[in-house]
Amino acid sequence: MPESFLRLLRTREAGLLGLNLLLLAAIAPFFPAFLRPGSLAGLLDDTALLILLALGEMLVLLTRGVDLSIAANLAFTGMVVALLDQYHPGLGLAPVLILSVLMGAALGAVNGLLVWRLRIPSIVVTLGTLSIYRGAVYLASGGRWVNSNQMSPQFLAFVRLQLGGVSMLSWIAIACAVLVALFLRRSVRGRDLYAAGNNPSAALYAGIDVGVMQFSAFLIAGAIAGLCGYLWVSRYAVAYTDVASGFELQVIAACVIGGVSISGGVGSVAGVVLGALFLGIIKNALPLVGVSPFFQMAVSGVVITGAVLINARGTQASALRILERRPA
Amino acid sequence: MSDVSLSARSKARVTRRPWHALVRWETLLVLAILVDFAINAHASPYFLDPWTLSDVTVSVAEKAVVALAMAFLVMAGEIDISVGGIIALASVSMGLVARAGLPLPLVVASGIATGLLAGCVNGALVTIGRVPSIVATIGTMTLFRGIAYAVLGDGVLKTYPPGFAWLGQGSVAGPVSFELVLFVALAAVAIVLRHATAFGRRVVATGSNPEASRMSGIATDRLRFALFVAVGTAAGLASVLLTSRLGSTRPSIAQGWELEIITMVILGGVAIEGGIGTIPGVVLAAILMGLVTFGLGLLNVPGIVMSVVTGTMLIVVVAVPAALRRYGGGRQ
Repeated sequence: MPESFLRLLRTREAGLLGLNLLLLAAIAPFFPAFLRPGSLAGLLDDTALLILLALGEMLVLLTRGVDLSIAANLAFTGMVVALLDQYHPGLGLAPVLILSVLMGAALGAVNGLLVWRLRIPSIVVTLGTLSIYRGAVYLASGGRWVNSNQMSPQFLAFVRLQLGGVSMLSWIAIACAVLVALFLRRSVRGRDLYAAGNNPSAALYAGIDVGVMQFSAFLIAGAIAGLCGYLWVSRYAVAYTDVASGFELQVIAACVIGGVSISGGVGSVAGVVLGALFLGIIKNALPLVGVSPFFQMAVSGVVITGAVLINARGTQASALRILERRPA
Repeated sequence: MSDVSLSARSKARVTRRPWHALVRWETLLVLAILVDFAINAHASPYFLDPWTLSDVTVSVAEKAVVALAMAFLVMAGEIDISVGGIIALASVSMGLVARAGLPLPLVVASGIATGLLAGCVNGALVTIGRVPSIVATIGTMTLFRGIAYAVLGDGVLKTYPPGFAWLGQGSVAGPVSFELVLFVALAAVAIVLRHATAFGRRVVATGSNPEASRMSGIATDRLRFALFVAVGTAAGLASVLLTSRLGSTRPSIAQGWELEIITMVILGGVAIEGGIGTIPGVVLAAILMGLVTFGLGLLNVPGIVMSVVTGTMLIVVVAVPAALRRYGGGRQ
């Protein structure tokens, strides 16, 4: 076997892939139906939103930030496009898609500007905008729900479009993963993003504007969250104030399980996708195995806590050190 | 979270001029409190009634108790997102103990002990497991609340022994509630601990430079562990007060409190990167948040809209000094 292949086998992504396959293999003998192509496509469809949001969150985490406001951004944008569709059903899909991306990007830019220009820690900024955006959903809707019968057919049909046995929602997640991967691996900006998070002082001396990189990360994360706002509302065919409440923490969990370092500069698209799929498989398998819905949160908690613990073990340097090493 | 903002902060400290004492964080908070007090009194004729003011303290004291402990943890450079989950779990354990017919002291003790144990779990994950605290407590938040759901499902526990309700609803003298007295006492203890003991200095030192602190003989891991246990215990105590006030336990109790409590701490002037912060600031921030949310409540503003106000308050309060420092504070 070639050297490079062996090295690939030892990476975190390979380990995660193995873990995911192991999980599927453990379920397969008892529930062969779980591995049918249709079920796997359903699994991907269920996990697509988590994958999309985790891709955006990863960019922010790479620059040493954290975005707690993405789920609130999603809810706000989702509500606004749902209202747009309800009152102007003849507009078609294009304005909805464009508005969701632009509005999400604008909400993300607010976070980015505060972090970049005023140098407020991102956790403080997004904690604040999380409350503001969530409250804004209520202000926009007056507390009303927008239900499926108030949505236009094309608004609902788009995410459910089947192409090659896989839903449009899944295709969007796949396309987004490919785009983000290309951006991070092949573009100068993408490499700068890693550099800015890995060592901000060195990046500064190399001529990289760390603040601009942070802003870009928040902008992209916001745009993805906005797009997810439409996708979420359309996928579940309902928009209300508490849509995706608390989902940001699951998104961060998916990133961390996928090997993204919370202290910046470390992480890959493959890891994040696999981390999200890991959570998705567990969520889909639990009801199948007969775990009561009330136990699912506890099981997820055990899994997330266990996974971050194992992750921390994996990245730990020699135990016999005197000085802590600066996080890479 | 970034070295850049840290250095900006330390620079601002060096260039502080005498008149800057006037725009101290605490002074600004006092001013904001006075302004809001005046607005509330003007907006509602019922506000200045002593019993109304007593209600203000009750609604905020439970969160403030946790915020006091959380302030120490944040000053030491860590954070605990799981406090809402701990409150739910402690409430469930109290409900079960009470349903088993055990006496009042055991019910209260079980709540506080649950919080303490949950704090130990968080502390162990961070100090022994070496998991960054924000990640570890995101996991345990799901875990603790998940256990509460697993035990209780969609059920309710509401058989509590006689006398239990007094803790959250009773008053010591006239409009002075037990919750208020407890909070004042704990705040006094916290002020002494932070500002007059070596322990307080160690917490701040650990937050501002963990490596140097460890090299100069501070058992930083033991300190962090103790602080997580303190936050867990405070959350257990808050759970006692909240459960007593509501008179019932559901697994969804105290949902989202972690963000309000952390907002309180940051509003109080504690730097999220650690190393900076005062307890009087946190106490003032708690009073301010209590007054603002209560004032909005008097005006029939729904809770979700209040979150817009608290969110804006948090950002404005942090952004204005940051903007002044950056654009109005002369050369950098």
